[in-house]
Amino acid sequence: MERNQMLRQVAVMRQSFFDQGFLDEQFVQLEELQDDANPNFVEEVVTLYYRDSSRQILNIDQALERNPLDFNKLDTYMHQFKGSSTSIGAKKVKAECTQFREYCKAGNGEGCMRTFQQVKKEYAILKRKLEAYFQQVRVQSGPSETACRPRN
Amino acid sequence: MTVEDQRGSLVDGDAGQDRFPVGMRVLAVDDDPICLKVLNTLLQKCQYHVTTTNQAVLALKMLRENRNKFDLVISDVNMPDMDGFKLLEHVGLEMDLPVIMLSAHSDTKLVMKGVTHGACDYLLKPVRIEELKNIWQHVLRRKKFDCKEQNKSPNEDKGGHGTGDSGQDVTSTGNAEQSKLSRKRKDQNEDEEEEDEENENENEDPSNQKKPRVVWSVELHRKFVAAVNQLGLEKAFPKKILDLMNVEGLTRENVASHLQKYRLYLKRVNVMATQQASMAAVLGVNDSSYLRMASLDGFGDIRTLAGSGRLSSSALSSSYTPGGMLGRLNSTAGLTLRGITSSGLIQPSGQNLSSSVNGLGKLQPTLLPSNQSASLFQGIPTSLELNQLQQSKFITPIGDFNPIRNSTGFTVATSFPDNRVTVASSNSLLSSVSSNPLVLQGNPQHNRGAFGNQSPLGVVSRTPDSFNIRSGGSSDFLDNNRSNESWQGAVQLSRFSSTSLPLSEPFNQDQLLSNNSNISSTSPHIGNSPISFPSTSAVSAPLEDSRGNTQCQEGFIGNVVQNMNYTSKQRWEEQKQNYNQNLNHTVSAVNFMVSANGIVSPFGRSLEQNNATCSKSFDVSLIPQLHGGALSIGQHSEVEKSDLDTKMNDNADYLLEQTKLQDGFMHNSYDSLDDIMNSMAKREHNQMMLSDGEFGFDAYSLGSCL
Repeated sequence: MERNQMLRQVAVMRQSFFDQGFLDEQFVQLEELQDDANPNFVEEVVTLYYRDSSRQILNIDQALERNPLDFNKLDTYMHQFKGSSTSIGAKKVKAECTQFREYCKAGNGEGCMRTFQQVKKEYAILKRKLEAYFQQVRVQSGPSETACRPRN
Repeated sequence: MTVEDQRGSLVDGDAGQDRFPVGMRVLAVDDDPICLKVLNTLLQKCQYHVTTTNQAVLALKMLRENRNKFDLVISDVNMPDMDGFKLLEHVGLEMDLPVIMLSAHSDTKLVMKGVTHGACDYLLKPVRIEELKNIWQHVLRRKKFDCKEQNKSPNEDKGGHGTGDSGQDVTSTGNAEQSKLSRKRKDQNEDEEEEDEENENENEDPSNQKKPRVVWSVELHRKFVAAVNQLGLEKAFPKKILDLMNVEGLTRENVASHLQKYRLYLKRVNVMATQQASMAAVLGVNDSSYLRMASLDGFGDIRTLAGSGRLSSSALSSSYTPGGMLGRLNSTAGLTLRGITSSGLIQPSGQNLSSSVNGLGKLQPTLLPSNQSASLFQGIPTSLELNQLQQSKFITPIGDFNPIRNSTGFTVATSFPDNRVTVASSNSLLSSVSSNPLVLQGNPQHNRGAFGNQSPLGVVSRTPDSFNIRSGGSSDFLDNNRSNESWQGAVQLSRFSSTSLPLSEPFNQDQLLSNNSNISSTSPHIGNSPISFPSTSAVSAPLEDSRGNTQCQEGFIGNVVQNMNYTSKQRWEEQKQNYNQNLNHTVSAVNFMVSANGIVSPFGRSLEQNNATCSKSFDVSLIPQLHGGALSIGQHSEVEKSDLDTKMNDNADYLLEQTKLQDGFMHNSYDSLDDIMNSMAKREHNQMMLSDGEFGFDAYSLGSCL
């Protein structure tokens, strides 16, 4: 059935996130929090994350343009960003953030800048993937009576 | 959490009481919106009743409004508006609620810090629901212990003076030695504390009855601080304090444990204050030692100046410390403490002052007088850390001036060594001060109290900038000066820069207010002792500026005043609020300050009015309010007046007001600052008529002329 196919598609997509390390256990926790009272919880959180973190990323970008670099500030900003990313389970993004902080602690400006490019890259990739994912979820749950959510 | 029920009953209120932990009321604080949202949902999943906020300040406010509205607090460690640990401390001290810390950092040191500050638990982000499912145990545990303690109170040695602490984690201080800290509230480290359970009992209530735990409300704390200040920190014994406070139902043990906490608090504040101390932009309070207490907005902490009239001195000192510091900053701030003859500064005979002023006293009076440059306050560290100007717990709230600090940097950290009153008098004040010759030197001759040296606080008036310094620094100074001698201008701290003073700006009005209150507190001291403000202090300086600042200052003075009265209480509570209240008290105190030397100590008259009138009277802030005539203003008035006049001319209005105020004050030495401020406001436009030697004080500057 078409619906089943769609469901399967969503499930596969979702699984790939985990398999490829884009998302971690925290994402599952968010999914578990989703229920009838909060039917779109996960999507809401992710949307909020993208909104809020874009601001944080801007801060870091600006801070990286300063000369000399203020590592303390950079670290603080990154800590915040990392915290947010952790909350949604963005695994790869988080890993890059950790790397960034290491460079910060070492005072390696060059390393920081390089890593931050990585952070942004992973961030963008994840964003695309999640957007596609949620779109599928909506489509899939739209026509059906009950919201179907891929569950593992 | 006053309910003593043992299990399941959550503190009042909730229908969920019987179904505990279901329905447990949690307050979640985290600046990260994503985390907050997730946390909210998680908690709701656990069937708790959740309230969220992303601002620590707001959280505190909510808690203070009704501490019984919540059972548990969960807070993030890194927050922009307030450090999580700080919030933790506050909650522990004031509300005795269990607090759980959250952080993405798993650093051992941080965890330890959390524990020592009294956190019930420390969770790592991202939080899992399993962990949250068990947090109710903290609530239960605490309640249980409370009950138990109460039941076994007889065991405890009532003398629990030191032990008061319920052995539970001594909250903020977390020191091992804290056991004394009678942090009844946190039961976290019960075992760790030396006292252990036993102490807890004591804390709770010595009487065996199941009496509800004593909640140290603002009022109560105020009284407590007042009593302590009256007695002097060194001599403050629970029994005496208890007698002085005269509160029904309060036991010695309660007081004892609270005293411990308070001492620790003071110590901590002191440390902060000293750090800030650089402010000493001592307002060169020339002869007229204008203690501009007004600027003490930040001084709200002066609360410590226990209402007992000592407030004035201490309050001022404390509050002014910033001012005083400003004065000190002579060089830096250029606060030209104008020659506030430090020596000439008010000799706050009030012993009281000295004690309270201790903090301030340290401010070497010699500040500024030389620096005519109004830039006195430059040196003033923005954060008015009025740390306890004196050991006497005065003002400690200054430390709280954080807001001020940020704002204008008024931290007039007058070098009160003790005083922690780092009045951050705002740099701006300093600048303003420079022009003002009046630099109030809070050089309170004797250091004792906090101002002793500081005087430069108030000075700012002259500077065109509108000596905002007043607000900040002066308050402290005033206090000190009071006791010491002349605050010299410390009062001038018209730091209140909020209004015009560039400095005061950051002062959060609240702060200012608080400062004001602080200042006021100091005033009272002055009143008591015929502070012989060295007439030289042309403290009026700030007056002029104060105008601009009046806004802030008013608040300040008010604060100062208030502080003085309540000193400790305020500190802990919303300073601002307290301050205002105190202001009235302090204002009167301030009044006298000025009178002594004729120093116009525009005591934050504005305290009361702070909020409202801040703008106005500030200039005049140096209201040499003489307490009940204690200040021999009259005598000095002549002298002062001349000095003042010259100086004040700039402020003309300012002085006028002050003097006018003085008149008013003279009579009642303690006119509530409010009145003073009012009068000042009226007189603002009048020239400075120092006829009575009363220096119209700008609403703010407690112008404790020293």
